[in-house]
Amino acid sequence: MRKEMLGSMEQHRLTKKKEVFSEWFIEKLLLMAGISSTLIIALIFLFLFKEAVQFFKTAGSFDLIGKWVYDDWEERNVFKMMWQSISEVPKYSLIPLFCGSFLVAFPATIIASVLGIGCAIYLSELAPPKVREMLKPTIELLAGIPSVVIGFIMLAFLATFIQDVFHTKFRLNAFVGACGVALAVLPIMITIAEDAMRAVPKELRDASYALGATKWQTIWGTVVPAAVSGISAAVILGFGRALGETMIVLMATGNAALVTGNIFSSVRTMTANIAAELGSVAQGTEHYYALFLVGAVLFTFTFTLNFISEIILNKMRQKLRM
Amino acid sequence: MEIKILNSGKTLRVNQDQDLSSNTTKILVRDLEMFYGPVRALHGIDMEIKEKAVTALIGPSGCGKSTFLRTLNRMNDTIPGARIHGTVLIDDVNIYSPEVNVAVLRRMVGMVFQKQNPFPKSIFDNIAYGPRLHGVIDKAVLEHIVEESLKKAALWNEVKDRLQTGALELSGGQQQRLCIARVLAVNPEIILMDEPASALDPLSTAKIEELIYELRKNYTIVIVTHNMQQAARVSDFTAYFYMGSLVEFGLTKDVFTNPLKKETEDYITGRFG
Ligand SMILES: Nc1ncnc2c1ncn2[C@@H]1O[C@H](COP(=O)(O)OP(=O)(O)O)[C@@H](O)[C@H]1O
Ligand SMILES: [Mg+2]
Repeated sequence: MRKEMLGSMEQHRLTKKKEVFSEWFIEKLLLMAGISSTLIIALIFLFLFKEAVQFFKTAGSFDLIGKWVYDDWEERNVFKMMWQSISEVPKYSLIPLFCGSFLVAFPATIIASVLGIGCAIYLSELAPPKVREMLKPTIELLAGIPSVVIGFIMLAFLATFIQDVFHTKFRLNAFVGACGVALAVLPIMITIAEDAMRAVPKELRDASYALGATKWQTIWGTVVPAAVSGISAAVILGFGRALGETMIVLMATGNAALVTGNIFSSVRTMTANIAAELGSVAQGTEHYYALFLVGAVLFTFTFTLNFISEIILNKMRQKLRM
Repeated sequence: MEIKILNSGKTLRVNQDQDLSSNTTKILVRDLEMFYGPVRALHGIDMEIKEKAVTALIGPSGCGKSTFLRTLNRMNDTIPGARIHGTVLIDDVNIYSPEVNVAVLRRMVGMVFQKQNPFPKSIFDNIAYGPRLHGVIDKAVLEHIVEESLKKAALWNEVKDRLQTGALELSGGQQQRLCIARVLAVNPEIILMDEPASALDPLSTAKIEELIYELRKNYTIVIVTHNMQQAARVSDFTAYFYMGSLVEFGLTKDVFTNPLKKETEDYITGRFG
């Protein structure tokens, strides 16, 4: 009796071992996939920063703000905050690029937030199921438009329209770019914000209705506040994407590296700057490293924004699981 | 008063210390039918619910207790495909007539749910939610309402020093009393409760039952319960539902000691259900 039991147990253990081995193997394979993607990100980080710091071999950190340059016209030294990489005295100030990036990304985020949150509220709270079923794939389709196509439409049509309406000095300017970028980041913002609102339990809506709230009172008083962390995560993530968007801004913003706060001025963003210049620069030069430095700064920005939004989303998921 | 139920050997304390015959009718239900799409969930219900009394709805799971309860404050309106025939008169007004303002109706007929559902807001904001909806913005008035409601719900002493903390930090039982306070804050006349204690421990359940007993002096209460003892303890009237029909309805003491129908007797004595 005992022996029999032992025997069967032995056998059981053997068959189990086989299973356990294949499971072990698959588990390790997946682990490797996970580790390698993290590793790749770490390597990109490392490579980018390794190249970027080389800039300081020949230049000082003050050069990132501006340079004193002798001005032939005014016949005295003037302080120039310019990005002028091809010049007798090359200037690598990041200030005009910051101006450009933020002057595009801020308005783009605001436009996309208003449209995106509105659309998310409609989809999650108001749309009849049939309309929702039509709209959801349409939004996914929008996400699939290549950014070069959006850029082209902005460049060819919207720019003219905006110049006619606002009588702007530059046909291609930050605002035109912002409109295009808003379009590009809209789908992801809608998706995240809508998910957040749909995750609000039905019980909370019922509680609100049972107290005599109307649909709108329930949306503003219960659903949106309960989903606020998810909605802010959507906005932050959208902002990160807007900062990183390249093709649309390259095509639609005019690419003049100006220090300006005027939304209708031509600007050059960090991304467009890299895209436009990196192809024609000699490796190992100061200019080359300067571009890497811009890339490192940009990466730091977008990485931080993504990180923050991921933390917020995780917290929200934990809170709602309760 | 202790009553031995029929031949089951169980004894129950039945609520019987008040003459209810003089109470006026608060809710009058006539020939009520309710459909979820093509499926009929309620069949020709007639019921007369007395003012300032507790009416318990009992019956096996899925028999339509919650559905019936939700017809009384039109919460079924929020369910797609739900339809209704027949009349529900509250104070002689048909609540399904087109002139009725549903927001006002729901304020008058409050509801407490099976699973406690406080908003993820502070204790104060939970109670103030209803009054704010209906236009109260004065801080002093709101503070007064919050205090009064919490006192009526027997929660004030436990939370008075932390009104600004999150409602979700309270225990389950406290959260349910908070939900009751939230309903009281809009000054209802009728309170509907759908198995309000089914997710709570015995001690919290006892507190809720005590509270119901107190509230009954000023409010008309309709409570769904799974628990026979609870129905016997807290209610004045009992309605037994089975498969969408009202099988028996009467004074709790009569339904529990001397039911008219065999099915009721079987259910109450636990022979079925
Ligand atoms: N939202 C709904 N949609 C469709 N059918 C429902 C819905 N809610 C309840 N029902 C059905 O109506 C019947 C009564 O349900 P319910 O009132 O919840 O019963 P009880 O509260 O007595 O357990 C059940 O058969 C249930 O499946
Ligand atoms: Mg139920």
